[in-house]
Amino acid sequence: MADNNTVASTLDTTQYIGVIIGNEQYGIDIKFIDNIVKMQRITRVPKAQPYFYGVINIRGEIIPVMSLRVKFGLEPDEFSKKTRILIVKPEQQAPVGFIVDEVREVVNLADSDIDKSSNTAEQGSFISGVGKHSKGLISLMNIAAVITEKEKDAAAI
Amino acid sequence: MDVSQYLEIFIEETKEHLQSLNEQLLVLEKEPDNKETINEIFRAAHSLKGMAGTMGYKRMQKLTHDMENVFQEIRNEKMKVTSTLVDGLFRGLDALEEYLDNIVNNQDEGTNDNQDLIDLFQKELQEGLSGGAAPAPAASETPAAPAATATAAVAADSTKDLLDSFTLTEQEKNLINKARASEQQAYIVRINIQDTCVLKAARAFLVFKAIESVGETIKSMPDAQAIEDEKFDFSFSVVVSSKKTMEEVQAAIMNVSEVKSVDIALIDESKCETKTAAETQATGAAAAASGAPQAQAKAPTTASKKPVVNRSVRVDIDKLDDLMNLVSELIIAKNGLVSISPADLVRDEKNSSFRDQVEYLERITTNIHQSVMKVRMVPIESVVNRFPRMIRDLSKKLDKKMELFMSGEETELDRTVIDEIGDPLQHILRNAADHGLETNAERIKAGKPEVGSIFLSAYQEGNNVVIEVRDDGHGIDVEKVKTKALERGTITPEQAETMSDKEIIDLLFRPSFSTADKISDISGRGVGLDVVKTKIEALGGSVECRTVLGEGSTFIIRLPLTLAIIQSLMVVLGNEKYAIPLGSIQTIEDIPTSDIKYVEGKEVINLRGTVIPLVRLDKILDVPDAKQDQESLTVVIVAKGDKQAGLIVDDLIGQLEIVIKSIGKYINNSKMISGATILGDGEIALILDANTLV
Repeated sequence: MADNNTVASTLDTTQYIGVIIGNEQYGIDIKFIDNIVKMQRITRVPKAQPYFYGVINIRGEIIPVMSLRVKFGLEPDEFSKKTRILIVKPEQQAPVGFIVDEVREVVNLADSDIDKSSNTAEQGSFISGVGKHSKGLISLMNIAAVITEKEKDAAAI
Repeated sequence: MDVSQYLEIFIEETKEHLQSLNEQLLVLEKEPDNKETINEIFRAAHSLKGMAGTMGYKRMQKLTHDMENVFQEIRNEKMKVTSTLVDGLFRGLDALEEYLDNIVNNQDEGTNDNQDLIDLFQKELQEGLSGGAAPAPAASETPAAPAATATAAVAADSTKDLLDSFTLTEQEKNLINKARASEQQAYIVRINIQDTCVLKAARAFLVFKAIESVGETIKSMPDAQAIEDEKFDFSFSVVVSSKKTMEEVQAAIMNVSEVKSVDIALIDESKCETKTAAETQATGAAAAASGAPQAQAKAPTTASKKPVVNRSVRVDIDKLDDLMNLVSELIIAKNGLVSISPADLVRDEKNSSFRDQVEYLERITTNIHQSVMKVRMVPIESVVNRFPRMIRDLSKKLDKKMELFMSGEETELDRTVIDEIGDPLQHILRNAADHGLETNAERIKAGKPEVGSIFLSAYQEGNNVVIEVRDDGHGIDVEKVKTKALERGTITPEQAETMSDKEIIDLLFRPSFSTADKISDISGRGVGLDVVKTKIEALGGSVECRTVLGEGSTFIIRLPLTLAIIQSLMVVLGNEKYAIPLGSIQTIEDIPTSDIKYVEGKEVINLRGTVIPLVRLDKILDVPDAKQDQESLTVVIVAKGDKQAGLIVDDLIGQLEIVIKSIGKYINNSKMISGATILGDGEIALILDANTLV
């Protein structure tokens, strides 16, 4: 399973893309990010899981788009000028798009800045650790958990 | 010599030879006297041996060598084809396949010597020969045996051996007689090339050159084509007519370098006795008739022995896939041009020529697409040709007499489909043989012919290829299936009440459902038909079963001709666009709302005498903002087999060639969507799978 921690331990610092979802800042390991695109027309797929808004066309490739807000149990997205779709390419799997409220910055985190034990109960499974940097805390997203946990989630909604 | 670069070719060709051996052996079993078949088998076995030897697979070579010896004696009519012999030979083929599998997997033939088989062949050979009419002590030595053994045999009675080692056709006898009439002599020459020789074919060519300088070549074994392709060991034989003496001919050939030895023998008249009055004809023919007519006569000889050489190139499937992807891109780009061309560009003349060009481009891309598709098409024969052998084995194993009739083997399918369809088909055939057909006794009791029949037929139907597997067995007992389903709790008693026979038969395709009372090692574990169904559906096809109790059952598999690019009808629902594959569409109708009738609370229309259920796509697909309460509905009639359904759409856009793309595995798909495509303007349209809606 692609875990951010394993990477962080082999390098001095790891770069994370800092994104805003709701009122929380999340970090996604930059090595999984394929592309960041502006919000575009999403083609709805009937009978899909609620958090899958549909599919988009990125240079001839059809990529499913997932709303992290819906996935995390927050209010549905309100698209704004700042809304972005992160095209994430997990290891050995097809790319998937994440809708986020805003892409803010690139954060460099050293291994020592990451607290892996602070998995909170509520959204624990989606987070692999919490990073501390100058501007505050950043939740490091566990990509594998976000994309693989579909059955359980679909049943819950 | 490093042969690893030839490994792939070796594997491919070995497969072909094994397949051909399998087929020919089946023929031989039925017609033990078929000369042509025996020759064919001998040739295939011989090539196989040569190839295995070249690649250094000694065990494989040894086994084929022994099999070849058997064929050799059959060919010379010194041995009879018996059922035990054929069984043994089939086992030999299986063993060879095993070697090949090992080679495919780890480039090594493995360590199984198959000594029991080799012993069996040698025993058969002994018995067959001693029981045969004309026992010949040295005859078990084949003319093309490996160089080492050949030289050993040369010394003693090589002349007799040499003369025994070949047979002449009527035509060749005529040629020899003709030659004799013009004061020439006919010789049989065996040329042994040094086993260090690398370019055997080139050496052979020089030998032929040398022969030409002293006389004429009448026949060569193996034939000229095979020699050219290096399909021989280190020796080959030639029948030569020449005015020179035996020694002169021998010396001429020995002059060629890397020739180890040349055995030569005079062909006397007894060998050339013709059945007809050909001899008198030949003597009567003018003495001048040596050069040109001979050359002419030689050509048809080789032609009749060897089927026309296939003008083809082997291409890696990946390369074709790449080409296909490029064609897909081209079509998307073309669609882009098409979508910007109409309204805003028609006004002046210059732009109308732009439109002409776009249309031209459209024609070309369609043609390229079709050509690429055709390149990827493979006759279904390459999958089904192993089935006769399978049915033969099953027949023995199950102790039921049965026969497989195949038709439409030339029907072509995309390579990717061909690769996948073998297992499902094999499964259905096994089912037919094991469960479908009754035992011989039961068949006789039921007044049926003792030998059961299984029919495998393939044909094209529109954009689909249909493969039918039919047996004339006892069919499926619907009641038994129902009882079984109730027992297993697959269906509730209430459901059972309302289910049609067809629906009940469809239960057979559910996972782990089997009606067989006992499990055999052939089928009956119930892991079968659902796997068949999944596999076929993954290929975009469908499978259904029809059965008449007491008369047999038919499994019908429908497969799309192509996988990647299809013609489709674009439709509008609300403000979404969908594509419906043209292949499943029958007609498009405008139906007044008042024509809608209700049957069991479901909407239907009566279209020219057929009652067709309506499907409101906007409801099924949860389309927001669909048009409501119209006076007339646009209905697309789609069909799956003989079932139909009318899909209600808001609007039609038109026909479009689309490239099918997957929407990936993340999204839970209700199977109604078979994929997506990118339209000219970059927008995505989903492709509806009409099969799931019918």
